[in-house]
Amino acid sequence: MRLIARPLGRLIVFFAHIITAVRPVWHGTGPTRVQRIYIANHTSNGDFVLLWAALPPFLRAAVRPVAAADYWLKSPLRRFIGEDVFRAVLIDRTHENRSEDPIEVMDRALEAGTSLILFPEGTRNDTRADLLPFKPGLFHLAERHPKVEIVPVWIANLNRAMPKGEIIPIPVICSVTFGAPIRLEEGDDKQTFLDRARGAVLMLKDSPA
Amino acid sequence: MTATVGADLWRVLLGVFALLVVATAIGRVLHARIAGQGGSPVIDNLNARIDAWWAMVAALAIALLMGRIGVVLLFALCSFAALREFVTLTHRNRADHWALAVAFFVILPIQYVLIWADWYGLYSIFIPVYAFLLLPIVSVLGGRTEDFLTRIAETQWALMICVFCASHVPALLSLRIPGYEGRSILLIVFLVLVVQISDVLQYVWGKLFGRHPVAPTLSPSKTWEGFVGGTFSAALIGAALWWITPFTPFAAGLIALIIALMGFLGGLVMSAIKRAHGVKDWGHSIAGHGGFIDRLDSVVFAAPIFFHLTRYWYAA
Repeated sequence: MRLIARPLGRLIVFFAHIITAVRPVWHGTGPTRVQRIYIANHTSNGDFVLLWAALPPFLRAAVRPVAAADYWLKSPLRRFIGEDVFRAVLIDRTHENRSEDPIEVMDRALEAGTSLILFPEGTRNDTRADLLPFKPGLFHLAERHPKVEIVPVWIANLNRAMPKGEIIPIPVICSVTFGAPIRLEEGDDKQTFLDRARGAVLMLKDSPA
Repeated sequence: MTATVGADLWRVLLGVFALLVVATAIGRVLHARIAGQGGSPVIDNLNARIDAWWAMVAALAIALLMGRIGVVLLFALCSFAALREFVTLTHRNRADHWALAVAFFVILPIQYVLIWADWYGLYSIFIPVYAFLLLPIVSVLGGRTEDFLTRIAETQWALMICVFCASHVPALLSLRIPGYEGRSILLIVFLVLVVQISDVLQYVWGKLFGRHPVAPTLSPSKTWEGFVGGTFSAALIGAALWWITPFTPFAAGLIALIIALMGFLGGLVMSAIKRAHGVKDWGHSIAGHGGFIDRLDSVVFAAPIFFHLTRYWYAA
């Protein structure tokens, strides 16, 4: 199974390119080998695949998406794709009887030196709002890892290619815009920081492509 | 491919190759001259365009040398990329998801299989009749009526432009012209060369002498000087290429003029759609040029007219 995980990952990325012709736009930052948390808007199940596909190949190996364990452990196929193909950092979103705190799990992945793809809204946004409020986890990670760059990302159009509930995607051109890194400033409290992070993601929505 | 077709094809390809070498040299010299003054976006764009031309010419040359299957595949891929750009601009309503999935994954492949199979009776009506009637039915099953006519019209138009019209380039292979047997791949060379040279020369004439815009609200870069200079020099080049066609030199020039005119007007129509949606280019796939539709718009408008003129006057 491990043997086919890498080729399958490449195949999925290739397929994502055919459907979306995804184009990375770097605004105020570049594709460099530094440890990062990419924080992005979340409207489609394909979001992390698209963000991953938009990164240059030499960065992909060091980037792991943070994803919901309840979704990715549901069937053997999902488990294989989640754990082996995308090497997702699986977190338990349920509060009752969870074995491990999500922050600890992400913490450990960062300690190991990998970069993360994180959707701080905590869930897929099916509302009319552009972006939901951010969950506090990001603040705790920023506190514990001040050296890790937090890069805002805006994923555009993927929900048109693959709206919720559809199985067959329609080819629609998507873009992934990366913005200037933000950091935890002296005297930031939790809400100030989360608002600034959210503002940084939202700002990329209307930046010129 | 018979020996003489192969020889003629290579002759034209070498000519285009020489042209690109000259263009590349000019572009680099201009760049070097202006580099001291901080460079110029126009020259940078010119060089990006020329570099992209190398890739486009290489892709077309490989397809032509592969013959029928190569050309059909190349234009099927172009149609896919063009349709993707069109739908990106127009698709807004979730209720059209299935109609668009059918357009991409059923209609487009069938059209090109029909072209490949040389079934003129069906490929010439498949999209104008069958897709035209069936896709609104798929859309209406989505149950949403807002902007219904606009939505189904956009889907049909996208298919007509990006698939039906574009597929008339490889369809030229199916024309049976007495005395021109086995050479119809050169009709594709003639069409694409005349249209693209017309576009390039309109750009060159416009940049050098352009003063009076044709339609300032549509496209500031299209000028009367560029239009007249470009289309008429393209007609002359078309006449000079008569030896790869079944036409006399005069007819070749006349047909080239019609092709160039259709290309120019097609460019205007496609610009109007871009303007209406507030974008400058259809995409970013081809550096310096924009999207696939930006490069194909004039070919798409010229292809069916060229196909039917040739079929009516020359085919058996």
